[in-house]
Amino acid sequence: MDKTTERQLMRTACDVRRGIIDSVYSAGCGHPGGSLSIADVLTYLYFEEMNIRPEEPRYAGRDRFVLSKGHTAPALYAVLAHRGFFPVEELKTLRKTDSRLQGHPDMKGVPGVDMSTGSLGLGISAACGMALAGKSAGADYRVYTVLGDGESEEGQVWEAAMFAAHYKLDNLCAVLDLNGLQIDGKITEVMNPTPHDEKFLAFGWHVITIDAHSFPEIEAAFAEAKTVKGKPTVIIARSVKGKGVSYMENACEWHGQAPKEDLYKVAVADLEKIRESLA
Amino acid sequence: MAEMKATREAYGKALVELGEKYDFVVLDADLAAATKTGMFKKKFPERFFDCGIAEGNMMSVAAGIATTGRIPFASSFAMFAAGRAFEQVRNSIGYPHLNVKIGATHAGITVGEDGATHQCLEDMALMRTIPGMTVICPADADEAYHAVEAAILHEGPVYLRFGRYPVPNLTPELPDYHFEIGRGVTYRDGHDVTIVATGYMVHLALEAAESLAKEGIDARVIDIHTVKPIDRDLLVRAARETGAVVTAEEHSVIGGLGGAVAETLSETAPVPVLRVGVEDMFGRSGKVPELLEIYGLTTEHIAARAKEAVAMKKN
Repeated sequence: MDKTTERQLMRTACDVRRGIIDSVYSAGCGHPGGSLSIADVLTYLYFEEMNIRPEEPRYAGRDRFVLSKGHTAPALYAVLAHRGFFPVEELKTLRKTDSRLQGHPDMKGVPGVDMSTGSLGLGISAACGMALAGKSAGADYRVYTVLGDGESEEGQVWEAAMFAAHYKLDNLCAVLDLNGLQIDGKITEVMNPTPHDEKFLAFGWHVITIDAHSFPEIEAAFAEAKTVKGKPTVIIARSVKGKGVSYMENACEWHGQAPKEDLYKVAVADLEKIRESLA
Repeated sequence: MAEMKATREAYGKALVELGEKYDFVVLDADLAAATKTGMFKKKFPERFFDCGIAEGNMMSVAAGIATTGRIPFASSFAMFAAGRAFEQVRNSIGYPHLNVKIGATHAGITVGEDGATHQCLEDMALMRTIPGMTVICPADADEAYHAVEAAILHEGPVYLRFGRYPVPNLTPELPDYHFEIGRGVTYRDGHDVTIVATGYMVHLALEAAESLAKEGIDARVIDIHTVKPIDRDLLVRAARETGAVVTAEEHSVIGGLGGAVAETLSETAPVPVLRVGVEDMFGRSGKVPELLEIYGLTTEHIAARAKEAVAMKKN
């Protein structure tokens, strides 16, 4: 990846993070921590990786994306808005009664949302269904899904992992957002789901581990996934929960609450500083 | 004498035959031999996907397939399709209103010897609460076949309830029979009381009406194959014309057909509504005829409830 592209992606990811903070602040609630941790991966997927048409969101040949960790909808909405699926201004309607931006993604309402998710463990199964349907129809689209590390405590994730390997879904690429925290604390202390790499390997997946905030590593991982035949790929993305906002980084309490005005201003200042450094 | 045939047999037959005409896929959770989807698997192996013993995953996979425009039938026993996978059906299929058809076999007490863990008496109640879900419980094999085709042609999620126990195939004997989702079938006219039945209980309701006739009670018999959306007009007319209603279902008396009929009539044409079904209890192992007797799913019980309903009307 050349430096210009990398810097451009970093700027876009910074705008996405600003969208997350603005929308959650406007809503007065929501899930900023896990949204910030996946901002770079989602930015890469929607701006570089996926074959999509913002002007024709339901285009049949498109690549599909399922946000299995559906509570981080603010990240998905911010990426979709910046990619042109709907106006960025609309992000401020998040979670409001008249808004189509539901607390968790609603495929019926939002252009670009391929699957309704929110209940953990269900999204990866739906992604398997899309991948299976594509393979069985001879279509060449790819299916991407992002899982939470806490989400991997759900048994259904492993039912889906078994299914994807059994049906050799090499058109499926999952990203596991390994930020190490869930609502009640560290994943290793609440209900240890690690080691993810060994588990996915044992289930028959191709496993790649990366730094979730390095665009060159993200690029290389998705490129490698495309070359893998006969099995699905999982990218274990080691991330920082709350990435980009000083006081939210690695702080469990920012899993599911919005900043009040004073801390909102700190978050905005943090992100503006990053944005300026990339100008 | 009508042919005896289980509705699950008709499900398997319909999938195989309609598979020629429509492009759908079939999923099962290691029960293809029992649900009868195995017939489809044999004929269309490339359109059949076993999901193993993982019903929750199967329902969400079905949802994913449906987003691509292809219709999936997802099959398991009613207990696991509606019970174990309830949340996946609600959130992956119901909430986005995806075009998934759920073929649930082995519903009700007529599962027999397997006992309470496998005798699902709650599935219609569960499925009925999901917005936009169509719930169909066919009375016999022919009706089951028609229901499968109607489900394919219907845009949106459909829950189809089938039984493992043979039931008389009465539909072919009805003049002008026509299957339409949401439209009840009047098997017999009558003016003293209406027996509203679904699934296995329809033929017993007819027998009950015949025995009531001998005692001078003229009972109307309606087959409500679509428990949701329910045929409100037909029920309201029957309630107004006969003044008393008995419901009969091979399901808990809570939340199924009896619940749906009582809800409908109490808001529009209040009349006595007495329910025949499994009272608030679990099933048990045993031979089907004995279980039907124990749980009151009999001609005699329906007739007795009908007489009670008529008496309540007079008071």
